[in-house]
Amino acid sequence: MTQSKTYVRCTINEEDTEFLCEPRQSLLECLRDVLRLTGTKEGCNDGNCGACTVMLDDRIVTSCLVLGVEANGKSISTIEGMATPEGLHPLQQVFLEEAALQCGICTPGFLIASKALLDTNSNPTEEEIRFWLANNLCRCTGYDKIVKAVVKAGEKIREGK
Amino acid sequence: MATTKKEYKVIGSRPIRHDGVDKVTGKAIYSADFSISDLLHGKILRSPIAHGIIKKIDTSKAEKLPGVRAIVTAKDFIGSSDKNIETAEDRNEGETTRLKYLRDNVLASDKLLYIGQPVAAVAATSPHIAEEAISLIELEFESLEPVLNTYQGLNSKSIIHNELETKELGTKIPGKTNLAEHIQHKLGDPEEAFKHAEVIVERELTTETVHQGYIEPHAATASWSTDGRITVWCSTQGAFPARDTTADILGVPISQVKVVPLEIGGGFGGKIPVYLEPVAALLSRASAHPVKLVMSRKEVFECTGPTPGTLMRVKIGADKSGKFLAAQAHLEFEAGAFPGSPVAAGSYCVFAAYDIPNVLIDGYDVIVNKAKTAAYRAPGATMAAFATETVIDEVAEKLQMDAAEIRLINTAKKGTRRADGPTYPTIGCEEVIRTIKDSEHYNSPITEPHVGRGIAVGYWFNVGLESACTISLSKNGTINLIEGSSDIGGTRTSIAMQAAEVLGLLPEEVIPSVVDTDSIGFTSVTGGSRTTYATGWAAYEAAKDVKNQMISKVAGIWSIDAENVEFEDGVFFSKQDTELKMSFKELAAKSGAPIVGRGSVSKGGMGAGGGSFAGAIVDVKIDPETGKTTILRFTCVQDAGKAIYPSFVEGQMQGGSVQGIGWALNEEYFMTDDGRMTNSSLLDYRMPTSLDLPMIETIIVEVPSDHPYGVRGVGEANIVSPPAAVANAIYNATGVRQSKLPMNPATITKGIQDHRSDILNSMNC
Repeated sequence: MTQSKTYVRCTINEEDTEFLCEPRQSLLECLRDVLRLTGTKEGCNDGNCGACTVMLDDRIVTSCLVLGVEANGKSISTIEGMATPEGLHPLQQVFLEEAALQCGICTPGFLIASKALLDTNSNPTEEEIRFWLANNLCRCTGYDKIVKAVVKAGEKIREGK
Repeated sequence: MATTKKEYKVIGSRPIRHDGVDKVTGKAIYSADFSISDLLHGKILRSPIAHGIIKKIDTSKAEKLPGVRAIVTAKDFIGSSDKNIETAEDRNEGETTRLKYLRDNVLASDKLLYIGQPVAAVAATSPHIAEEAISLIELEFESLEPVLNTYQGLNSKSIIHNELETKELGTKIPGKTNLAEHIQHKLGDPEEAFKHAEVIVERELTTETVHQGYIEPHAATASWSTDGRITVWCSTQGAFPARDTTADILGVPISQVKVVPLEIGGGFGGKIPVYLEPVAALLSRASAHPVKLVMSRKEVFECTGPTPGTLMRVKIGADKSGKFLAAQAHLEFEAGAFPGSPVAAGSYCVFAAYDIPNVLIDGYDVIVNKAKTAAYRAPGATMAAFATETVIDEVAEKLQMDAAEIRLINTAKKGTRRADGPTYPTIGCEEVIRTIKDSEHYNSPITEPHVGRGIAVGYWFNVGLESACTISLSKNGTINLIEGSSDIGGTRTSIAMQAAEVLGLLPEEVIPSVVDTDSIGFTSVTGGSRTTYATGWAAYEAAKDVKNQMISKVAGIWSIDAENVEFEDGVFFSKQDTELKMSFKELAAKSGAPIVGRGSVSKGGMGAGGGSFAGAIVDVKIDPETGKTTILRFTCVQDAGKAIYPSFVEGQMQGGSVQGIGWALNEEYFMTDDGRMTNSSLLDYRMPTSLDLPMIETIIVEVPSDHPYGVRGVGEANIVSPPAAVANAIYNATGVRQSKLPMNPATITKGIQDHRSDILNSMNC
């Protein structure tokens, strides 16, 4: 049966947003099906693949494990907010230059997670990157080029490019 | 990196991929992202038992649930299922498939054949309502004894398909059986040759079911219009084969179906079959709305094609010098619930890297009560290589020979005849083995305790098949390249680069589009490592066609014969009059009939370009107490023929290697005795994470194929050798031979305890 809907007000990619969601709907569903922000992907719906990674305030979360109603009053960042009118974020640019994606389905989750890392530490070691990204599964690349891209993006950010 | 001498402007460079910005900004539309007005959402009721007979499906309660718009079962299919049809895949193999099997795999008609088999489907106004409706459908059934491995399949009295006939060496033999096919390849006189061997090693090995593990679950939306036209939006490895199979299952002509391929989030072979498309179409017809179906991860694991568990016996005999005299393989592969395991492909690949004069290979395709297997990256070859390459290691050890040396002296090369028939054209097997042998990695010292190094070689035959491309020239001198190959890992760009090379353009001056099945000629799957090879070849031909039309056009402008016009470095010029020249861009801007080039190719089935060989060198460290394996260093070597886009070639090598590492160490389906998968989540089905791995080093070898630029598809051969290489490394670290995949900590500790109880002491722990 259709459940009665709850009013949610939050910030998504720095824009005030309102939506109605059923109490059982996850934040992932709300982003994708209610708000049509389909850049955030569903790979497992149980928090194990990281494809739906978004920022909830300053926390990195798998949005399939957050209820839509929990977003009320919070600030959410998704892949749609990463590039600016001036251009791609250094991570996005470097992922392209370094061929750090193949099919691309896990890429939004990796970019959000990598940005969260570089925002706090723009000079991570390989081990730190591998540890940080261990919640994001990629089946195409073997992670090699992703790890290298994060290192290179960190360099770019440190150089202020 | 070994390189071919010829110099190219575009080929071998690393431009930004054409679909890249959309994929890093979240704009790219994958199958589950698609939406359309008036859309309903579907869910599927699936079999709760592995083997049984359907007695009754009562949908009356579900129909009454508010929001439910349609419910379908196998009864909704049009026309008889009792006939054989030729699927897109069959066409290249001269085979046919029973329509009933295709239909029963998307909606069961009479029997329940595996846990997760679709039984009924609901369309409703939301996915949650559809899910609720599913729980209200009453399914009555009678349980039968399940058949869950090849031993049970060949020995149990429980028969899965009563009408199944065994295809015994090509002839159909009636009889109650679960053996769908027995194939055999024989070369020389292996029985006699084994008598002359100095060393014979024979081992029995097993592997477990593993999944392709693409991150994007299957999804499809279908709209069955009142005029009879069916449009399907889905992620598939091949829009045309998906169209054909969907039409076959629905009992409508292919011209009635249009498949629109959306972006695809990984496939590895698992997105060649059709699962949801016909069901969404039936729901759309019944509800008069477009209907979308999206699988859960659990459904992906339980209901879509994994690659099978196997039982293999491999025997190799060599003389004193290490030359292989004879080899024998017995391969039993689980087909899943319908015929068609990759045992045939496994039988082609099992000894493919070696020149062996006397060979006997028997392959058995055994029906079991599990999901129908599907292709997984070099299907069948990885299991076969696990057997062959570990046995070869043991032969080398007995002869006190170097592991690379014994492979080198037995290497297959141009002219080598394989037991299944083909004689190789130019191939890069020897070059791959030599590259391993000469590599810094292979020759680096091992200094730590509990560390071992292993190598292995693998082959995938690659396929050619059919591809079409058209190119339209724009007034500003750019080209629009239209193709039918799903782009799973950058093939828009690797194909566009081949057209750019012909026309002297920059990669970004080519605008590639993957289009629907109404808009380009038949193009086979993105699979079999064929896309950069065959669709690239079609793009090359289409670009040549554009060039020739431009030559005719400029010849007309200059009133000279077209034979007197040359094109070089982006400039058309007269061979006779140096004053007459015009740039590509100037000529493109001239008015006249639009220039549209076309390329269409059919490059045969197996063995296109001779296939690709790859090898792995791996260093592992074993914790002797826990049995945990750490990959310290890994190098993949592969013959790419000619690397069009080296980063993508490396990416294929790294991705295939890591899937092979997961298969070697962790991945398996845990099944209960009644046929239920107990680890159908990405937590419990343990694929490698970034933290499990080192960097994956790559060495690209280039031995050109028959392709205009020498391309060999590189999508698959790289997964073949890692499990065997890891097994050989584990042996060298522990002294215990491995005969079972995965080689997880439990297997390794048990091996250490069982076979070499003194190992722990000698390892100083």
